[in-house]
Amino acid sequence: MQRRKRQFDTAMKYSLLFAALASMLIVLMIGVFTFREALPAFRHIGLEKLLTEPVWRPGQEQYGILAMIAGSGLVTLGSVILGVPLALGCAIFLSEIARPRVRAVVKPCIELLAGIPSVVYGLFGMVVIVPIVRQIEVPGNTGFGLLSASIVLAIMILPTITSVSDHAIRSVPKEYREGSLAMGATKWETVSRVVIPSARSGIISAVVLGLGRALGETIAMIMVIGNSVIIPAAASSNPLTIFLSRARTLTGNIAVEINYATGLHQSALFATGVILFLLIMIVNSSARYLMSRGGMRKSG
Amino acid sequence: MKLFAGRLLVMVAGFALLMAACGGGEDTDTAVPVEDVHPEEILEGELNLVGSTTVQPLAEVLAASFETLYPEVTVYVQGGGSSVGVRSAADRSADIGMASREVKVSEIQENPEIVVHTIARDGIAVVTEPGCTVEGLSLEQVRQIFAGEITNWSELGGGDMVITVVAREEGSGTRAAFEEMVMGEALITDSAILQPSNGAVRTTISVTPGSIGFLSFGYLDEQTGPVAIDGSLPTEENAASGDYTVVRPLNMITYGQPEGKVKVFLDFILSEDGQAIVTAEGYLPVD
Repeated sequence: MQRRKRQFDTAMKYSLLFAALASMLIVLMIGVFTFREALPAFRHIGLEKLLTEPVWRPGQEQYGILAMIAGSGLVTLGSVILGVPLALGCAIFLSEIARPRVRAVVKPCIELLAGIPSVVYGLFGMVVIVPIVRQIEVPGNTGFGLLSASIVLAIMILPTITSVSDHAIRSVPKEYREGSLAMGATKWETVSRVVIPSARSGIISAVVLGLGRALGETIAMIMVIGNSVIIPAAASSNPLTIFLSRARTLTGNIAVEINYATGLHQSALFATGVILFLLIMIVNSSARYLMSRGGMRKSG
Repeated sequence: MKLFAGRLLVMVAGFALLMAACGGGEDTDTAVPVEDVHPEEILEGELNLVGSTTVQPLAEVLAASFETLYPEVTVYVQGGGSSVGVRSAADRSADIGMASREVKVSEIQENPEIVVHTIARDGIAVVTEPGCTVEGLSLEQVRQIFAGEITNWSELGGGDMVITVVAREEGSGTRAAFEEMVMGEALITDSAILQPSNGAVRTTISVTPGSIGFLSFGYLDEQTGPVAIDGSLPTEENAASGDYTVVRPLNMITYGQPEGKVKVFLDFILSEDGQAIVTAEGYLPVD
């Protein structure tokens, strides 16, 4: 009997190991495949030209993804500026202020946001947010552009950042709060000076996770960002009007054109994918690094 | 990639079956009257159509009536764009490729085996947001607007409003046809809003004041206002009479001369009944 159980244990161990290896292999295969398809582009266009050339016109054999890198970067920045304060507010409210009954209603609502398909966000952006943004009176503003895209994206990353931060804040030991309150600090002082700093690394990794999600979003961006291949520029002396400019994201570039692409064009789109892959890898590993540092602090 | 290979395998198998099931006959490209098609002849299996999203809705309606004539045949119609249509026919991953533009010389050079069948013609209309007051433009003005040389409606006799150009993405058949027939050597401006389908272009124009774009005739409705080009409105009558000149062919492409049910299907489209459907769907029949 004992032996049978041990055998079962061993079998389980190896099948679980297989599952782990399989998922690792899949990531590896996607990476290798994407890179292999991108190789002709790296060879014929050159990494430097690909990254620094501002013109993308496949019909004329011009392949520069600088405009798309700028587009992805700016829209992600915009969504973080708009989304992070909102998400942190939600997380603090949920973990520190809301009573359990309120929390039981609000938390599922925020989590529901994560379940809405991105095409629905895009549609919402196109018919609701774009017309509102168009009210801003700046010449050339059509509503389609970075600001609308950032607003849509800010809503989309809200659930990720909120739930991870909420978790981080709730795992701050109760004694910290009690100690602070016992010293005569007010509730707000306790939250802002004791709880948030203790949960800092968890909150930072929540933001970085949201960033990764923002970088990868595709269809909702295509619907509201305008997809023009231009490096965003301010329309007036106010530098903030740069967010009213149209742009194209790295993900959008692939999705919009892959259906038609052949030859070098197709390879250049895979190269866009490789750059995106690298960017997201950097973002995710910095999230892991920040989380592991947070873990060490807590146990230490 | 694996999925694709799997699909290819299924299609190759289907193709082999097809060859075995129906012997090939001598082919002509001329329309066959529907009574010559012999619905009693047993046809079965799948027909796969891939390509242009402009041809797709028409192909779906044609497929539905074909399936009532030949209930044993299932026709699958898939989008992907004109270039994909040409490629799918050339590499035989589809029985029929669909393209909403002329097949390019380079494409024929690369794949000399492909045969192009024009099944209908379609106009491309220039449309504006319905509130726009400019109702007619010359072809040259349209070119200048899309090239970004004219940027304000006041230059064309309208109110003082910036023109927002909406276009399709690089590679789209509608864009290629528009470039060929309207733009000539000029390039569509980089600051144009690009949307990846006729439907998305229509929605974008309808919600953007001062916007202008182009749509296949089949997508015209009250959401957008049509613009007369050189004095003639984009209507089927004007396109048929030749007054409206921005008209392109809708093509179906086969690998080699069509045989078996592919031939029967194409003959059906070119028959009187098939062309009646083409007309009813808002496209122009082929003569």
